[in-house]
Amino acid sequence: MSDLAKRLDLNRALSVLGPFIGLILVMGLFAVLAPDRFVSAYNLKTIVTQTVIVALGAIGMTWVIIGGGIDLSVGSVIALSSVAAALFVRDGYSPAIAIVVGVVVGASVGALNGALITGLRVVPFIVTLGTMLMARGVAKWLGDEQKVDVPETWLDTVMSKNPDPSWLVLSPGVWTTLILAVVMAFALRRTVIGTHTIAVGSNEDTARLCGVRVSRVKIILYGIAGSFAGLAGVMQLGRLTVGDPTTAIGLELDIIAAVVIGGGSLSGGRGSILGSMIGAFLMAVLANGCTLTGVPNYVREILTGAIIIAAVAVDGLRQRPR
Amino acid sequence: MSTSALLTMRAVEKRFGGVTALGGVDLTVNAGEVHALVGENGAGKSTLMKVLSGAHRPDAGAMTVAGAAYAPTSPQGARAAGVAMIYQELNLAPDLTVEDNVMLGRETQRLGVVRRREDRGRIEEALAFLGHEDISPRRPVRDLGPGQRQVVEIVRALVGDARVVVMDEPTSSLSRRDAGHLFDVVRRLVKRGVAIIYISHFLEEVEELADRYTVLRDGKTVGTGDVVPGVAPRLVELMVGRPVTEVFPVVPRERGDALLQVDGLSGRVRPSGASFTLHRGEVLGIAGLVGAGRTELLRAIFGLDPIRGGTVTFAGVSDGGRSAPHRVAQGFGMLSEDRKEEGLATSLTIAQNATLSRLEPFSRFGILDLTARDRRAAELIERLSIRSAGPRQTTGDLSGGNQQKVAFARLLHQDADVILLDEPTRGVDVGSKVEMYRLIGELAASGKAVLFVSSYIPELLGVCDRIAVMHRGVLSKPRPAKDWDETSLLDEATRGGTP
Repeated sequence: MSDLAKRLDLNRALSVLGPFIGLILVMGLFAVLAPDRFVSAYNLKTIVTQTVIVALGAIGMTWVIIGGGIDLSVGSVIALSSVAAALFVRDGYSPAIAIVVGVVVGASVGALNGALITGLRVVPFIVTLGTMLMARGVAKWLGDEQKVDVPETWLDTVMSKNPDPSWLVLSPGVWTTLILAVVMAFALRRTVIGTHTIAVGSNEDTARLCGVRVSRVKIILYGIAGSFAGLAGVMQLGRLTVGDPTTAIGLELDIIAAVVIGGGSLSGGRGSILGSMIGAFLMAVLANGCTLTGVPNYVREILTGAIIIAAVAVDGLRQRPR
Repeated sequence: MSTSALLTMRAVEKRFGGVTALGGVDLTVNAGEVHALVGENGAGKSTLMKVLSGAHRPDAGAMTVAGAAYAPTSPQGARAAGVAMIYQELNLAPDLTVEDNVMLGRETQRLGVVRRREDRGRIEEALAFLGHEDISPRRPVRDLGPGQRQVVEIVRALVGDARVVVMDEPTSSLSRRDAGHLFDVVRRLVKRGVAIIYISHFLEEVEELADRYTVLRDGKTVGTGDVVPGVAPRLVELMVGRPVTEVFPVVPRERGDALLQVDGLSGRVRPSGASFTLHRGEVLGIAGLVGAGRTELLRAIFGLDPIRGGTVTFAGVSDGGRSAPHRVAQGFGMLSEDRKEEGLATSLTIAQNATLSRLEPFSRFGILDLTARDRRAAELIERLSIRSAGPRQTTGDLSGGNQQKVAFARLLHQDADVILLDEPTRGVDVGSKVEMYRLIGELAASGKAVLFVSSYIPELLGVCDRIAVMHRGVLSKPRPAKDWDETSLLDEATRGGTP
């Protein structure tokens, strides 16, 4: 039995192998095309830092998608929380307060998503399409339809490629993302709420039959997705050094793509944080490599699209013979 | 009786692998008659319908329609030969209009443009003939009630020049009044010379409407004749006449205190005013036809369907309905009739499925001890002899019987006091069935209270202490199992009884 248990765990590992091989292939390709510029510690740090926003969003999105939902509002929530955080920094509050504000704003929109989905019984796609527009509107309203300039604080350094102190090697934003990814991956497999999330996404009726409080699980799920979008918004503020209400337009699609490339299934139940992180990194590598090699942007877009479809198709092939 | 046989079947057989679904069916239906086709669940009625409609090809035997050999290879072929099917689940597109539904697939067209005007006359004429001028051809089907939808299906058959119309349980989803209208429509069709094959569980309907009957049992024709007043007991006899082969393990047990009391419980449609008391150490069976409201009763008690009236009293505490999580916390457990859609999350592992309703033993501060969970799942696998590769095997990979055992394992792990079982042995092989009967007996013997819904009468008689019958939403008074036999149970399930 233990042999078999290993084999079954191996099968789960295999689901991450696909995107990982894709990642190696893409990196190999750019390493050949632009050996000196692509393969450097500095460039690697650049890519990793560029991954942060999408990766943070993808952590929350993985939970939502495994729970059988979708959240289109995260791009707008990133903008909203970055503006909200910027207003607090501008008014002289500590950046620590601003981070809390950003996360709370995101969590609130997320919990609202969950409450509307369960309370009004409207499908997640529509509810979050609505709140996507609303959050964007509120962000512009708060920012008075302009960028919110902020004084220089330590918040500007969380996304810097050369962290201070230098023994950190990677920026605080990257470390934060990595730690949160590990925590949330652990939580997904090893906590009650994680187990309930997988159960709801696999078969909502079964979960109900087992006494799982499905509505509460969903509100928590979207709250998690919102919190991570909120945190990503603060990171975005750190990166841009202004609160921009028009930032991250369409970024929800990149985030969903990262989850899907990483093995997430839009019908719920399947997906992994590690896979989503690989997906997010893969897309950042693609963007970076194309810029370095002078490949036009449209080629990158075509490639990304092809990779999304290929990832899902390959995953489907792996699932079939059972 | 006229001798103009419109449809004949002679010694028709159909096998699926090693299973004989039809083992010699003879059927003769005359023009202008309503021919009732009756039989228990699994007697072969649906296979017969599929053979008639061209969905299955028979392995042996011959069929004729109006004297010509009839061997349809597709539903289109059946329709072209004049045989129309009206299924229990209506085949209508709700967003299309009545006329578009009637003409779907054979629209009169020119250059791809639908010429509705050319068909509208015929459709209106058919509606008028059936006495349903109230249905406008241009209304979307979504706006129609279930009775009117059925009429649209019949219009579709009429406009398609059907000579034989097969109706499968047409009144099962209709109110009394709509059923009356439908009988009217059927009588008009018959006057036109159409032959109706009327499949129904409701013997009172058969007595009221049909001219002749044919009874199927175990895939064979076991009787045919004229419907005369008082024929129903004879039909029941023909339907049942089967030796009981299952073995029911005897688990000695004693009835304890009353644990669950249900008073006048009513749901949205069904049940209406159900009352019973369930004791510790007791298995209470609920017999009845599919659609009688048995599942709805369990769902209402368990908090999955809303309660419109009545109370549920558990261990002395009364309420007018609680949510499913609340019921689980109280100590209710339920096994769903629909294993794939509701009962199990088939993409999850055995361990995940078996423990989902009670994770507390493995959880500290919300964090799960997966090793402990696997160990517990392994115990359950052992206890129920689930054939599997281990706790981490995906549930969907197991056979039907073993999947059902996983659902049982969940009830065991949950350690529920009141166990609601909805068709627990459906789609389960005989060997696993016997194991489940034993398990149900053991659960009762250990002081649990079990409510056991089944359409399979022998197992109710073999396993239960008392049995109640549900007929069209009304639950009879439970009586000791020894006071029932197959005939009386089937009779009460099909005709209703003295409440």
